[in-house]
Amino acid sequence: MVTAAELLAVAAFSDGKYAQAFPSFGSERMGAPVMAFCRIDDTTIRTRDAVTCPDVVIVQDATLLHQVDLFAGLTLRGFVLINSTRSLNALHLEEFLSALPVGHVCAFPASDLGLKYLKRPLANAPLLGGFAALTGLIRLASVESAIRQRFPGEIGEANVASVREAYDHVTALTAEQQGILRR
Amino acid sequence: MNVQMEGSQAVAEILACCRPEVIAAYPISPQTHIVERLSAKVARGEIGRCQFVNVESEFAALSVLIGASASGARTYTATSSQGLLFMAEAVYNAAGLGLPIVMTIANRAVGAPINIWNDHSDSMALRDAGWIQLFAEHNQEAIDLHIQAFRLAEALSCPVMVCMDGYVLTHASEPVDLPDAAHVDAYLPPYQPVQLLDPNDPVSIGAMVGPDAFAEVKYLAHHQHLRALDLIPELTQAFEQHFHRQSGGLCSPYRMEGADIAVIAMGSVIGTIKDVVDELRRASIPVGCIKIGCYRPFPMLQLRGLLEGVSRVIVVEKDLAVGVGGIVSADVQRTLSGRQIPVHTVIAGLGGRSISTSSLKQMILEARAERLTEPYFLDLNKTVIEQELARRRDIRRAGPVAEHILRTMNVMGTKVS
Repeated sequence: MVTAAELLAVAAFSDGKYAQAFPSFGSERMGAPVMAFCRIDDTTIRTRDAVTCPDVVIVQDATLLHQVDLFAGLTLRGFVLINSTRSLNALHLEEFLSALPVGHVCAFPASDLGLKYLKRPLANAPLLGGFAALTGLIRLASVESAIRQRFPGEIGEANVASVREAYDHVTALTAEQQGILRR
Repeated sequence: MNVQMEGSQAVAEILACCRPEVIAAYPISPQTHIVERLSAKVARGEIGRCQFVNVESEFAALSVLIGASASGARTYTATSSQGLLFMAEAVYNAAGLGLPIVMTIANRAVGAPINIWNDHSDSMALRDAGWIQLFAEHNQEAIDLHIQAFRLAEALSCPVMVCMDGYVLTHASEPVDLPDAAHVDAYLPPYQPVQLLDPNDPVSIGAMVGPDAFAEVKYLAHHQHLRALDLIPELTQAFEQHFHRQSGGLCSPYRMEGADIAVIAMGSVIGTIKDVVDELRRASIPVGCIKIGCYRPFPMLQLRGLLEGVSRVIVVEKDLAVGVGGIVSADVQRTLSGRQIPVHTVIAGLGGRSISTSSLKQMILEARAERLTEPYFLDLNKTVIEQELARRRDIRRAGPVAEHILRTMNVMGTKVS
């Protein structure tokens, strides 16, 4: 998660934007809940204030959905991206998130894409691809270059492949949502 | 080179350009990433003939550096919190011996209760040990201060701490301009020791000094600090000429023109305060901010100059002198002795609590309306305090405070936010 926030910041940086990424640490053990944040702006970011009103929430572990108020402070035109094999409906979120604009909410199996390309259920890279597709706030090419920079060689290429599939997947899902609305 | 990088990694990169010859360190969060990267760079032979000494404790880390520095090496370490306290005796020794060691403090709270997050309790505990203490506002300044720190330390033969907020800066990814080694070389000449353990020209360092000369040795340490007050502006000016950006300095004003209220602080919270100042200025409230970049020595004269014409001062500080209140505020009050203006102490961000723009804004408005209690604790949960005080009044065997408060607030000690 921390790495994902950092990669997002690097991608935004290569898009010519200003970015600030920082984690919020809790207990130091595998599996403990962790949050990481990223601010993206067109000017220098000075504040060190906690992020309390996010424009985008990425949920890497959907089992947290009913433990923590993950969507507290989410802005009215915000985006939500959830790593889950289940649909929004199956997650009982469809109605809850219906106040957000159509095409702003998406659940997709990011960990499965990690398994497919990296042989491990690593959701970071697919979620970043999904983020680019869902929000349009960063370019796909910038996500790819951030990943290659951090993980050179074979691992980087496998990650990039997972990013691309995630990007296409989420693009299709949101197009479908908007299509449903148009009909 | 402009890069987007984690603060700790950026510090390690710039440290390599400063060509240290001995690094000794013991890991402690949130300092660890810095020395991890440095040890990897040393192992790959990327820092010349630098030796990285793995030691068994922070006390050993600084003790190794005292020896290395006395034998003419450029030396570096980094620590945090309890780690700094554990090396306390050596911290005084390094300063007392006049050894130009540079140490990063990734500022973190001091327990108990154990807390890994940011505040300034650690470096504050050793503020009077004789080290120069510089504070970074952001990661660009953190890396720039390290370059300046070696030059300053070696010019005065006095150790320097570069304080950067743990997690808030050390673990934050931000854009930074990383100069290359050749560029740093041109600003930072090789170390020329003023005292040297050399078998060919033997001297002893660390004599016992009795009542007849101890005060004189201490006075000279004080004198070195006073010299630092002249030297730091020169070094920052030279830095600006060389690197084409302003970084460091004793204290820096922000929107102080026509300011009625000055908010004084150190470290990364300055960024948030600047945003608040802009917001209040848009509402025609004449407020400005002053960053204290050098805390030891304390730049009294410069600060007094910047505060001329101000009718109210608010000191926001991430520390607490238990039983007294503010620590930085006391220095500011001394700076303003003879002037009858209120100096408010605002204790904020203890143990990593986020300092929000809305709370800062509200606090400034309250101060303006003369409604702040002294010292003022930003965002203090008074309900919890009153409950706990009542409980302790009623029950003799009330048990541990921290555990009860966590239970009352229904949070785990390791809550994610």
